[in-house]
Amino acid sequence: MASPDPRAGFAELKFRDPVRARAMVEAMGRATAGIGRSRVSLMHVCGSHEQAIAKYGLRSAFPSALSVIMGPGCPVCVTDAREVDEGVALARQGVHIATYGDMLRVPGTVMSLADAQADGASIHVIYSAGQAVELAARLKEPVVFFATGFETTAVATAAIVLEGLPDNLSILSAHKYIPPAMDIVAATPGLAVEGFLAAGHAATITGWGVFEPFVSRHHLPVVVAGFEPLDILAGLVKLLELVRDGAPAVVNMYPRCVTRAGNLRAQEALWKVFQPSCGRWRGIADVPDGNLALRDRFAGLDARTRFAIDVASLPKSAVSVTAGACICGSIMAGIKSPTDCALFGSACTPEHPVGACMVSSEGTCRIWHQYGGHPDLGGIA
Amino acid sequence: MCLGVPGKVVAIDGNRATVDFWGVRRQVLLDVVDEPVAVGDYVLNHVGYAIRRIPESEIGETLALFEELLAQDDAADLMAGDVRAEIAGTGAAPDGES
Ligand code: SF4
Repeated sequence: MASPDPRAGFAELKFRDPVRARAMVEAMGRATAGIGRSRVSLMHVCGSHEQAIAKYGLRSAFPSALSVIMGPGCPVCVTDAREVDEGVALARQGVHIATYGDMLRVPGTVMSLADAQADGASIHVIYSAGQAVELAARLKEPVVFFATGFETTAVATAAIVLEGLPDNLSILSAHKYIPPAMDIVAATPGLAVEGFLAAGHAATITGWGVFEPFVSRHHLPVVVAGFEPLDILAGLVKLLELVRDGAPAVVNMYPRCVTRAGNLRAQEALWKVFQPSCGRWRGIADVPDGNLALRDRFAGLDARTRFAIDVASLPKSAVSVTAGACICGSIMAGIKSPTDCALFGSACTPEHPVGACMVSSEGTCRIWHQYGGHPDLGGIA
Repeated sequence: MCLGVPGKVVAIDGNRATVDFWGVRRQVLLDVVDEPVAVGDYVLNHVGYAIRRIPESEIGETLALFEELLAQDDAADLMAGDVRAEIAGTGAAPDGES
């Protein structure tokens, strides 16, 4: 399905050479014109792609007919409020929680882990799954690793599980698996996305072959791209060409890290420890097979088995009016933009986030806020 | 961030490698890397784990890219800060989860 050498012609590629970038932008213009419609929408599924697009103001160079939107590519943002509630409830029950730093301010139904911490709960920020093991070995008291992130990050969790955890460490998995969520988004009514730019790092693990069933189901092209500006531009050119040619296929534009089969050793670890299960992606939907749950043979390590997680004990508070107005879900589903939200930049800022998309540095609202509110100069120029 | 800073393996002890990221040395675990790794190889890392041994043939252009990045001003090159941050965190920045 992929062309044999997708980078033919890009051999001399320097990842941000302006001459190449301009040539790439011209190629985008030609391909878009070739499609011949007044609007073409493509979706990427990666916070790092959005950061590079916003940082470099790439949208200002896109053809005016082209709209590139960010789908559910921020793992922190799609962690459901009920999953945060479980972490908060455990923390309030006196268990030490270890988690990645971005999770602290993500709102739960009632409070975030940072709020729980302010109330005296013991929350530890870690940078690597291995640090959860070190923490548990040091503390000797019950520690729960609130494990979030996509498959790339879940592989690290799988590795510590296979290595053997200290007795006092258990896992609260909120890991998510991207391919099933792409199916849900591709089937969203009202969404007119004609192709997907897939994230290079998840594909480093899963291989680009994982997208082939998606392509046959939805007849939409998928291009795997890296994270440099020219990686992204080249990926978009390829995707536009596939749309123009009516050629639903998978093309790998990140061969320095991604192969068709991916990292088999990492996949083996991943699937030995986890099984797909239905999970709620915040603001999007219940995604069949969208979560990664610990397999039964690891039930003894599962915080959900080991502890009675008393979510009902969390103080009741009415959902605030502002939280009710958050449109994160529609933004991650690709139907709306941050600027469609009445709270964007006023009631909702990185200092006082209302929704998860404003918390994480990979969240669309946070990225747009950081780079001037509306990094889509194409609409202005 | 998913920039994927390549690091050079300078020592290996069991499943633990000491990896040099532009002068900053970090421990990286080798449990799930795709191929056997030896001292002198370059690896791509994610949250403290090597996830790919980058083939020799691909490394030149990637290294040149990062060299270029690090040589530039943060002000002139907006991604230089990220590369430094990623190096400081062994590619394990808390927001680098995708
Ligand atoms: S600006 Fe804030 S409230 Fe509005 S959608 Fe984004 S995160 Fe939600």
